[in-house]
Amino acid sequence: MHRPAWAPGDVDMDTASPARMYDALLGGSHNFEVDRRAAAQAVAMVPDLPLVALSNRAFLRRAVRHLAAAGIRQFIDIGSGIPTVGSTHELAQAVAPDSRVVYVDIDPVAVSQSRAILGDDPHTTVIEGDLRAADRILADNRLRALIDLDQPVGVLLVAVLHLLTDADDPGGAVASLRDAIAPGSYLAISHLTSTLRPDDAAQLATHAAERSRVPIIFRSRPEITAFFTGLTVVEPGVVELPAWRPETPDDLHEEQGRSLGLAGVGRRD
Amino acid sequence: MTTRAPSEQLPDAVPGVARFARRWARALRRTSHVSMTAAEAEAYLLRHAGDLLDTVRATPFSPEPAKAIGTALVEVNFRSAAALRRTLAVLGSGFADDVASELAGELRPAALQARLAAVCGAVAEGFTLALQARTLAEQEQMQRAALTAVRTAEERRHMTEARFRAVFAEAAVGIGLVDPQGRVIDVNPTMARMLDLPITGMLGRTVAELVQPGGTPQTLAKFMELISGTRDHFRTETIRTLANGREVCLDLSMSMVRDQDGKPQFAIGVAVDITERRRLAERLWHEARHDALTGLPNRTLFFERLTELLVDGGPVGLCYLDLDGFKAVNDSLGHAVGDELLVAVARRLNETVAGAGRLVARLGGDEFVILTSQSGESAPPEPAEAVLSALARPFDIGGKQFTVSASIGVVDTRSGGTDPQQLMRAADITLYRAKAEGKGRWERHDPQRSARQVTLHILATDLPQALLRNEFYVQYQPLVSLGDGRMRGVEALVRWRHPELGLLLPDKFIPVAEETGMIAALGRWVLADSCKQARHWREAFPDQPIYVSVNIAVSQLHEPTLADDVFTVLKAEDLPPELLQLELTESAVLGDASGPLDALRVLADGGVQVAIDDFGTGYSNLAHLTRLPAHQLKLAGQFLHPLRAGASVDPAHYRIISAIISLAHELGLGVIAEGVEDPVQADRLRALDCDTGQGWLFGRPCPADEIARMLTAG
Repeated sequence: MHRPAWAPGDVDMDTASPARMYDALLGGSHNFEVDRRAAAQAVAMVPDLPLVALSNRAFLRRAVRHLAAAGIRQFIDIGSGIPTVGSTHELAQAVAPDSRVVYVDIDPVAVSQSRAILGDDPHTTVIEGDLRAADRILADNRLRALIDLDQPVGVLLVAVLHLLTDADDPGGAVASLRDAIAPGSYLAISHLTSTLRPDDAAQLATHAAERSRVPIIFRSRPEITAFFTGLTVVEPGVVELPAWRPETPDDLHEEQGRSLGLAGVGRRD
Repeated sequence: MTTRAPSEQLPDAVPGVARFARRWARALRRTSHVSMTAAEAEAYLLRHAGDLLDTVRATPFSPEPAKAIGTALVEVNFRSAAALRRTLAVLGSGFADDVASELAGELRPAALQARLAAVCGAVAEGFTLALQARTLAEQEQMQRAALTAVRTAEERRHMTEARFRAVFAEAAVGIGLVDPQGRVIDVNPTMARMLDLPITGMLGRTVAELVQPGGTPQTLAKFMELISGTRDHFRTETIRTLANGREVCLDLSMSMVRDQDGKPQFAIGVAVDITERRRLAERLWHEARHDALTGLPNRTLFFERLTELLVDGGPVGLCYLDLDGFKAVNDSLGHAVGDELLVAVARRLNETVAGAGRLVARLGGDEFVILTSQSGESAPPEPAEAVLSALARPFDIGGKQFTVSASIGVVDTRSGGTDPQQLMRAADITLYRAKAEGKGRWERHDPQRSARQVTLHILATDLPQALLRNEFYVQYQPLVSLGDGRMRGVEALVRWRHPELGLLLPDKFIPVAEETGMIAALGRWVLADSCKQARHWREAFPDQPIYVSVNIAVSQLHEPTLADDVFTVLKAEDLPPELLQLELTESAVLGDASGPLDALRVLADGGVQVAIDDFGTGYSNLAHLTRLPAHQLKLAGQFLHPLRAGASVDPAHYRIISAIISLAHELGLGVIAEGVEDPVQADRLRALDCDTGQGWLFGRPCPADEIARMLTAG
């Protein structure tokens, strides 16, 4: 049965959540036993998985800094999870203190936690939202209070699109975001991929299907590149996570040619 | 957030300290998730490396300040076990070498190692305490967040439930929830009102118990399928009788709601009261299929029923009925009276033939039809007879008595076939026959006689072509003076040589030509042809002037161009107008319209002769003759039959003929006797001073050549 928008879903703390597993992989404590166990199992299968998490986090940092340097002063971070260390608003506000950030996550616990962490920073807000209903996210009053969609905006879809199955129409979600943002806006995407390590990708996908409440869809390079339709992809294009504008050798967490993630940034002209 | 990395570089770093900071930063690389770049991390560590050196060389020595270094690591998220282990490792093995030059002479190596061991302990202690505090804080924050999320969700659930309650309670549609065993979980007040049952009386009872005994069985059957899992959804219309006897019609749709494993949870039913909507639909259906005036079924419904019955294949009978002279009622008494009469007729028809298997419909105007769906042995008696006698009783309309009669064509599927259009055509032809045969009667469809009727149809279709193909020709019958026996004129009589039907006389096709409007063209042709012939005779026999007498049909008189047409022809043939006589019936110039009479006056003034045809049959008005610009009176043959040889003459009739002839003479009219067949009749007419005779005694209609021969013979 379809759940109407005003009927809440359950707060589920008995199965692992992607946001908290990610936190566990980054060594954080914003997670539960069930998340840590699931993360540990995944690491047992793919021992360098924590490096993928670090690598993805580093991409977020470089992407936000890049957009901030390009003059972007408002960000929508969809699938933000738990904004602990090196979160979007810290990175953006380090460049321009008046930068505004809206965090969006589907997990009510993550949202609640994010609110606790962010306190009453007037430049940030956290809303509960579902990427599959992107137009609802953009219509949210709290978002509109901080974000002027007539001005360029940085939309971050970092490690979230791979949580949408094809039936969820991730391409449609990206397209509706793309169509809603003003020219000069950017869309940053990172996505788990099956391109370089198909066997590991398959194992992790199976694990997620069994242990997490949300499946993980490892997509191919062409599928991920297709998300940038209608956008001008900035240099160096859609590449392995560590290869996107590395600042120091330290950013190269994963070995070249073995990254489990692809990333890119597109500009709306 | 307290982990903002310091980005400032210490400008005057001690070389050994800088060396160690670099070594330390390299060691910490990839151990933890920090938001700093490598350079930022090195700068951050450089400051703490300086503190380390200060701690190690301080006098007196205390390792306590080194605890802050452990705390600082956790603070920027160098919090992994690997980060601590590698920090301790570089303190143990790299630090002494890196700062050897700075400490030269200050401490002996053994003392330095001892102090570093203590410093390592303090760093580990500070790290552990900070990590423990941080972890506990995060976990606590985590628990709080989870609780908040749960509480928020609860609040929202309450709100949702309140909203749902409101929707449930206030909805204009009936809503009911039923468990998988078919027992009612809950119903909203609207549903209770629709079903006319108290909510408390429904809860816990099965749907089967609530269904009315006389209700719609297929609805319950569908419900049972829903409960048993063979269907997930159904929608149906169902009727329920309320305690007060009122019937409500409900549009009911039910769906089974299943859990994630597909197990039935409950069924939800939504009912909409469509009683009014249905009533409206029925009314619209009724209005579209019934005559507004009489309330009888109309043409649409009649044809629907007829088609249904014919499809079913059973015997079907039709009585196609048309009131006689209804137009006159409408014209003389007005439409309001006409309408009242139609309503009364409709009511009487319904009363007379009402019964199973019979439908009375009004097709339009004063046309009605009775459709019977039984015939043969078990059929009720033919309704036509009953209808005629029912209509024969006077009608009381607005206090006045009316009698009407009707003509009826009766047809059934045995003789008329099973095609609705064909059947209606057969009925129409039969009705036409009933009219033609005297009205106020019914006729049964006779395929052979209908064929003749069909001929009329063929004639109407062929007429226009026939004129172009020269299928018409004119014969002439002598008009002979009873005084000297000489021919004075001829009557032109048109004939049609039909390619299939053979020779046709005017009585067959003139009415058709009048109906189809072809009479104008045909009349012009006859006039022209006759005048051309008259010119030939005049030229050939200048001493024996004979006139040609041409019949003019009623509708021709109404042609505004008649007079012009006649003069044009006369001019074309250079014929004196006195040699043309137009014959028309008295009734043709009766009536209100002044047009025909005016045309006739114009013609008469122009010298054209006018004869009144067929006088003595039907309605003959001598007084009327004075108003007509006529020259001759033609007495109908039928009227003169009593004067024939062997007939016994009724003295009264004889006196009437005599009076008419004298009166005609007194009015200056010549008299022509038609149908003169024997010399006795001719003698008697001569004795009555009749001027001219026409008939077999003097010559039958013949070709123009024959007239010429007669003139030659003198």
